Amino acid sequence: MITFNSVSKRFADGTTAVDSLSLEVPDGEIAVFVGPSGCGKTTTLRMVNRMIEPTDGVIEVDGKNILKEDPAELRRRIGYVIQQIGLFPHRTIRENIGTVPGLVGWDKKRTQERVDELIEVVGLQEDSGDRYPHELSGGQQQRVGVARALAVDPPIMLMDEPFGAVDPIVRTRLQEEFLRLQQEVQKTIVFVTHDIDEAIKMGDRIALLSQGGHLEQYATPEEMLASPANEFVADFLGGERGLKQLALISVSDVDAQSGPVVTLEDTRAHASEVAGDANTDWVVVVDDARHLRGWVSIEELNGQRNVGEGNIHAFSAEVKSGDSLRTALNAMVTSRTGVAARVGEGGIYEGIVTHRLINEELSKPAQHTPD
Amino acid sequence: MDWGWVQDHLDEIQSLFFQHAQFTLLALVYGFAIAFPLALAATRWPRLYTPILGLTGILFTIPSIALFMLMMPFTGPTATTCLIALTIYTLLVLVRNTVEGLRGVPREVREAAEAMGYRRFKQLFRVELPIALPVIIAGIRIAVVTTIGLVTITALIGFGGLGALFIDGFRQAFGTPIIVGFTLSVLFAVVADVALVGAQRMLTPWARGAGGR
Repeated sequence: MITFNSVSKRFADGTTAVDSLSLEVPDGEIAVFVGPSGCGKTTTLRMVNRMIEPTDGVIEVDGKNILKEDPAELRRRIGYVIQQIGLFPHRTIRENIGTVPGLVGWDKKRTQERVDELIEVVGLQEDSGDRYPHELSGGQQQRVGVARALAVDPPIMLMDEPFGAVDPIVRTRLQEEFLRLQQEVQKTIVFVTHDIDEAIKMGDRIALLSQGGHLEQYATPEEMLASPANEFVADFLGGERGLKQLALISVSDVDAQSGPVVTLEDTRAHASEVAGDANTDWVVVVDDARHLRGWVSIEELNGQRNVGEGNIHAFSAEVKSGDSLRTALNAMVTSRTGVAARVGEGGIYEGIVTHRLINEELSKPAQHTPD
Repeated sequence: MDWGWVQDHLDEIQSLFFQHAQFTLLALVYGFAIAFPLALAATRWPRLYTPILGLTGILFTIPSIALFMLMMPFTGPTATTCLIALTIYTLLVLVRNTVEGLRGVPREVREAAEAMGYRRFKQLFRVELPIALPVIIAGIRIAVVTTIGLVTITALIGFGGLGALFIDGFRQAFGTPIIVGFTLSVLFAVVADVALVGAQRMLTPWARGAGGR
């Protein structure tokens, strides 16, 4: 756990970078510090490993005041990843990753084994180990940066815009891989970004800072989106707050409605009745094994004996339980039926997602514990 | 070209060459021993850089013959006089290239090293100096080639390595020693330079194809 206790930083020229900041980063969570430039987010991050010393206040790591520790020793227990990566150009990838193990005195064999493991964990090609940093692409270099920071398995990581310098496609991939990795390694992470979308995606908690290092709100992304503390927060979150919120909720978090559903053998009359009950002019069609076949409009069933003879349309998009409600909403607005069909393993129909379900979900009070 | 003269004077030529090589090497060693701490100081305290560079720059501009004359009252016509002069002339380029090499270490690399938990001296010797090495070696190359040329001038006070052959030749209006001295000192400079390039390639395999970093 990292604790900031009334931490301030004023620079010699009189500017205040951080203003009496108090917050806690719980074990195993990612706290994202986000805000416009000049909000002191990087300064705050750099105070944790004493690259910058606070003017006032106390920072504790696991209850110990870091100002009472030897800075070099402290830093070896804190992983550090920055946007510019800062790999050592004169050392091979393996040697770069083995930097901190070397500093803390691991023997060669242990270091080698750990380096091999990390090359795999961060998704580097095995043969890149003996290359020099300049021979790798930016995305690959940042993988090395992450591996180097993880080398001695430090409990804490500081990440300053770690994926800021790579193109959007690589960034998305690195973000997702890192989140997967984090589920395994459970580091306590301070993560700095200026990008609110990245903050929402990566953060278990978000600390939103404004100019001069004022903490405007410290909350889970869900809480912040559902109830921004003030206008500054609301502005910073941007105009699509509802959509951003939906992106954080997965389809499986809401109960699907069974919807007006019929089988291929059902008669037109039955289908018409089911549609009437649901107040729609269409029905969902499944086969005997409840595989989703599509939907059919009642009007088009005129003159047909049963549903199977009708003109069955595929849903423009099917959603799975792992998809977000935002994806479901997209499926809804592109489908003539106005709903998204939800399918499970092997294409089994699970129900429909409707506008009402989404409205209900958004009007619920925010969840306080991210899962 | 009188090959007979060359045959008769082989021993002398050889010992002059060794003297030449010895002066060059010593001047470089002393020069580096003085320039290196100055360069570290100038890197650590940037305010010192301008005065240090200014001083070594002024020393560099003193004409060599004038420098000998200035030192005569103190050290006389000795090998010491020669070595002091030669050493002084290496300082500017050695200081400048060492400082520029260290300044060329990317900020993020220094920051990363610090954040990994390097202590100052270890960081200097394990991270910063190795990265600065190509620029430092470039400075050494210039210093070596310049010094090899300068040694011939110290012949004026009697310790000039191959330069002694020039003086002999002029005095006797005899071309052969001049040609021999000229050829050998040029060859020496070229060979030394090539050797340093080779050494650099060996010491900094990472710099190949790295855009000269």
